[in-house]
Amino acid sequence: MHATKLITRATRREFIGSAAAGVFLLAFHLPAHAVNEPEQSPDDTKGKFAPNGFIRIDKNGTTTLVMPQVEMGQGIYTGVAMILAEELDADLAKVVLEHAPPNEQLYTNPLLGLQATGGSTSLRAFWTPLRTAGATARAMLVQAAAQQWKVDPASCTTAHGEVSHSASNRKVAYGALIDAAGRITPPKNVPLKDPSKFVIVGTSQKRFDTPGKVNGKLIYGIDAMIPGMKFATLAACPVFGGKVAHVDDAAAKALPGVRDVIVLDNMVAVVGDHMWAAKKGLDALTVSWIEGEHAKVSSADIWKDIRTASRQEGVVAKTEGDVEKGLGKGQRFEADYELPFLAHATMEPLNCTVWLRADSCELWLGTQIMTRVQQTTAALTGLPIDKITIHNHLIGGGFGRRLEPDMALSAVRIAQHMNGVPVKVVWTREEDIQQDVYRPVYRNVVSAALADGKVAAWKYKVCGASVMARWMPAAFQKGIDDDAVDSAIDMPYDIPDFQVQYLRVEPPAVPTGWWRGVGPNNNVFAVESFMDELARKAGKDPIVFRRDMLGKQPRLIAALDLVAAKSDWGRPLPARVGRGVCVQPSFGSFIATVVEAEVDQDGEILLRRIITAADVGLLVNPDTVEAQLQGGLVFGLTAALYGEITIKRGRVEQANFNDYRMLRIDQMPKIEVHLIKSGEAPSGVGETGTTAGPPALRNAIFAATGIALKRLPIDRDLLAGRTKA
Amino acid sequence: MSQNRSLVINGEPRSVDVPDDMPLLWVLRDVLGMTGTKFGCGIAQCGACTVQLDGKAVRSCVLPVGSVGARAITTIEAVGNTPAGARIQKAWLELEVVQCGYCQSGQIMSASALLTKTAAPNDADIDAAMAGNICRCGTYVRIREAIKRAAADHAAATP
Repeated sequence: MHATKLITRATRREFIGSAAAGVFLLAFHLPAHAVNEPEQSPDDTKGKFAPNGFIRIDKNGTTTLVMPQVEMGQGIYTGVAMILAEELDADLAKVVLEHAPPNEQLYTNPLLGLQATGGSTSLRAFWTPLRTAGATARAMLVQAAAQQWKVDPASCTTAHGEVSHSASNRKVAYGALIDAAGRITPPKNVPLKDPSKFVIVGTSQKRFDTPGKVNGKLIYGIDAMIPGMKFATLAACPVFGGKVAHVDDAAAKALPGVRDVIVLDNMVAVVGDHMWAAKKGLDALTVSWIEGEHAKVSSADIWKDIRTASRQEGVVAKTEGDVEKGLGKGQRFEADYELPFLAHATMEPLNCTVWLRADSCELWLGTQIMTRVQQTTAALTGLPIDKITIHNHLIGGGFGRRLEPDMALSAVRIAQHMNGVPVKVVWTREEDIQQDVYRPVYRNVVSAALADGKVAAWKYKVCGASVMARWMPAAFQKGIDDDAVDSAIDMPYDIPDFQVQYLRVEPPAVPTGWWRGVGPNNNVFAVESFMDELARKAGKDPIVFRRDMLGKQPRLIAALDLVAAKSDWGRPLPARVGRGVCVQPSFGSFIATVVEAEVDQDGEILLRRIITAADVGLLVNPDTVEAQLQGGLVFGLTAALYGEITIKRGRVEQANFNDYRMLRIDQMPKIEVHLIKSGEAPSGVGETGTTAGPPALRNAIFAATGIALKRLPIDRDLLAGRTKA
Repeated sequence: MSQNRSLVINGEPRSVDVPDDMPLLWVLRDVLGMTGTKFGCGIAQCGACTVQLDGKAVRSCVLPVGSVGARAITTIEAVGNTPAGARIQKAWLELEVVQCGYCQSGQIMSASALLTKTAAPNDADIDAAMAGNICRCGTYVRIREAIKRAAADHAAATP
């Protein structure tokens, strides 16, 4: 997994900011040799002060901040820049952002163990490294100035990219110090700023990446235009694992604009002068497939398998007290909860542009996992890794889908038939949905004992595919997928006798992968659904019931109390309207959410109010935290209301937004986000809303109708009384 | 059949040699290199490809270029030159509507068309005009707010 050689070309996006106006302008330089390629410049540290991987300052004072994590809408470019600039005391007007090249020595995400963006880890992983990088660089610049002035470094101050010595009324810009600072050995254990002294972090800053997103100028991977390029689209065997048997391409090749039909072992691609020709060409092909061993797989079989398997004991992931004994002590209840396969459906369909030459290869795409794309391409082409250039772009939606290198892999395979002509491979939406790596189906089996109005014992088993075992085999140890039990082994409630098991059940045929909210999505849904049912069994209010078991969780209690107050919890509601709560400790954040919803006689859901209270540690860019929680809630609620991928004859049945539905603006009420001030280190935000939405809505439906839904998506027939559970 | 045709795009005449049935989306993106207009679904379900024809929002992924005729095409690259478009873009940035941004070209084209037609849209107007635009990042709450902000800016500027 470790790339040993450096790639010295980075995709560069240049940002020219005006701190005075508080507005950042995004400037693209369109080079003559390509229509839509953001300027490519080497990550050249020559003539610059480059004390670490994150900071480069030139003699003009231009401060290039290197972004170790990819921007896919979560606002991380702005957050990272704010943290670096804070400790460096940089002049924001002279800050330029540049995406990190693939280099696992410099840019490995310490929480993920490789250069990847995911799991709501960015700020948790890089908070201290970035602060240290900024503070260390600052200390070196101060020392350089102090040496020049022959004064004590401690008597110097910094602000806006300058070192000052007020006693002698002297000032010097960072740019004038770069040579001297470069000769100084980076000091160790440089003190970090006291957060009370922060002037950038904690203020809502305008995002660096958004101006180019409102005028069509920002270039996503799908927008790359290389002179002479052709356009291709592809169809893989619709049955997972199947192969091509025969292709009749006569009709396709007769179409105007179609240039070639490429037949690979498991897919066909049509190359044309534009996507329209490629798409029409693909439609005109007659392909017969060898469907293979999965030709008969159906959702019914997959559910039957996992339900049968779930009767076995799993591997114990955590145990406290004696759960079997505990379960015998009080009144015992049991339940199971099931979640479906989900597609990602990023708004930017999968794509990758490849220019494969005899001695090198360039790729244009947006990926959460640059180094893996590079390694995959090297393995496939046999080229040395330093001959493979990745032009990474801002991403039009990741949600975990772009943690897979498959779009690059198929595009490179197509490029191998292009004789050196660059090709942009764009997946149709149908292909994007039908050839995804899906959020696994999960079944959770849970037993609990109630005693004195509290949960006295809890036995919980997660059954499902292990994404970790495929994606990062080394992290899958002793039969336990740490992600799959996340938010289950560390559920916040104080329960004396407690056990969590994991049972790996891989579905036939269907590939599974990371999906926004990852493991906690499943566990928070099951835990919070069952907690609501147990509260009712105990005859207690759902918030009171939870609160009574959160004795060791002051931050969660604060969030829960705040959301109770803001949601008017307890105030009477009309018939068929209910409020549901969800409490979660996931991604290091402490969040309580209330959804208020109405269920009509046809089982349709009307969302009325959504309120969330969150302690996510220190807020780097508070407005972005609010936006992430809002967006995450929409993502999760979309899944709860509509999300389900089903399999028939080895194929995905859904294909586009008409049958894989999304929440739309006319269904969305306001989302109130209440952020709690905290001095703790920042915690994960990007996935927390996604995790919170489904259980809160499910519990609102339980409150409105008394129907305790056990699986998602929400079954409207059941709510309308057309079917029975 | 493929034929040379003239289009008026963002006020400028453009000549393209493409088949009649080719959707405007691909003419813009792949032939003219105007990539601000996005491909999302290809079946007019998501609105990422929205452009304006004579000021009205249309889904360019299902609009055959042969049916455009002399009507004026406005895309995201130039909508800022229209009063409504400029106000919408400004409100979008002021309220930080955008996350990944991929759907936002289409959102802005729909919202600008709405504001051109209805100076002070209410919630129902916004629902009707914007329900065809999917945002996977879930920026809907801010889109609604920003449309109202842009409308209020106009009201404030109009004596």
